[in-house]
Amino acid sequence: MSGVRVLVGTRKGAFILTSDGKRERWDVSGPHFAGWEMYHLKGSPADPNRIYASQCSGWFGQQIQRSDDGGKTWNPVGNQFAYDGVPGTHQWYDGTPHPWEFKRVWHLEPALTDPDTVYAGIEDAALFRSTDAGATWHELSGLRGHGSGSKWTPGAGGMGLHTILLDPKNPKRIFIAISAAGVFRSDDSGATWKVATKGLRSEFMPDPTAEVGHCVHRIAHHPSRPEVLFMQKHWDVMRSDDAGESWREVSGDLPTDFGFPIDVHAHEPETVYVVPIKSDAEHFPPDGRLRVYRSKSGGNEWEPLTKGLPQRDCYVNVLRDAMAVDTLDRCGVYFGTTGGQVYASADSGDSWSPIVRDLPAVLSVEVQTLR
Amino acid sequence: MIRVVLPAPLRRLARIEGEVLLDVNGPVTQHSILTALEARYPTLGGTTRDHGTYKRRAFIRFYACGQDLSHEPPDAPLPDAVASGREPFLVVGAIAGG
Repeated sequence: MSGVRVLVGTRKGAFILTSDGKRERWDVSGPHFAGWEMYHLKGSPADPNRIYASQCSGWFGQQIQRSDDGGKTWNPVGNQFAYDGVPGTHQWYDGTPHPWEFKRVWHLEPALTDPDTVYAGIEDAALFRSTDAGATWHELSGLRGHGSGSKWTPGAGGMGLHTILLDPKNPKRIFIAISAAGVFRSDDSGATWKVATKGLRSEFMPDPTAEVGHCVHRIAHHPSRPEVLFMQKHWDVMRSDDAGESWREVSGDLPTDFGFPIDVHAHEPETVYVVPIKSDAEHFPPDGRLRVYRSKSGGNEWEPLTKGLPQRDCYVNVLRDAMAVDTLDRCGVYFGTTGGQVYASADSGDSWSPIVRDLPAVLSVEVQTLR
Repeated sequence: MIRVVLPAPLRRLARIEGEVLLDVNGPVTQHSILTALEARYPTLGGTTRDHGTYKRRAFIRFYACGQDLSHEPPDAPLPDAVASGREPFLVVGAIAGG
């Protein structure tokens, strides 16, 4: 019997939503870690019972929780994220050097084949890895030590490393993205990194095509074709066909090309989903209509998906880590809003319905397909 | 025994009910109490003070005997009433709101 488990991180706790393969009736479990900000939860592809969660608080700092039974029980694991060596400085808002300071874990990415290995993307931007199921964490400092690191500057939302893509065809290749820095790629398991921003253009920068400084909101790829990347940037939806060596814009006929999440259909590598947001100043859907846009051609031509979504007076946002797909047939698509709704589509986006309507603001949504 | 009262989120995190009773070797100070606390409950490491520097987290306060001791040096002796267990050492999350 197949089923899905949706892992939802919110401003005030985590929720686990489960259903059978029909995805019509849902059980809601939670809040887990009530009162804490749950930035991200993600299950191991190698062992679906192993789930990692980032739990944090302005008062009490960072915790990492681990479940070994599919989210029924949890235990705190290691929470020390010490930058490697002398941390040095990055650029502060006023242009002065500012010491790197750990603030929180934005994203956890379990390894594809080993449930005890997991990557963490943190603020101030750095990449950490644990190979002992979260007990200890070690920085992959070649990223921050990349020649441009001292020039990285936080955006208004903080300088978070928010996206980690592992390449299923090349175990040594990792892509990461950092707000207001850009995209970076490693081909040696994280030891060394290269900037992967050629073709990006950001008008808010004094040099719009500079190598670093682009506010990348999210990147995604299909596991069968990991060298093809899709990006939702601060403005612009972009595509790379050469593992980030170059990018071209595929915003096409979107009503606005600002937004946060982007994801790829589980079975159709050219089918891509975004949620257009009015602007960087107005973080809500255009015209108060919540619409997911789908391209079946890898970008440029987009269709609005509205059935079941509010088409008036809707002023929520959908954050960068708050969209995911399952691998059932037909592909399920899920996203959460800052208004606390989690919407699901069991037909690749043709129609939607809310699983829950009144959670705290949703920070992240991940899906496990259980078979 | 030293009595320590933690805020509810930390009690839930460390699965503690009620006050924590601690034996503290040597002088009773903020630092020695928190070190003993973290030794008993490792998951509390980093929750009240920084892992490496032991600097108090910004929104954490330490109270005892009706006084705010948050800005006292971490190695300063605490009042005798705390050291003798007559009064608890309170770890408080600063109020947030408006």
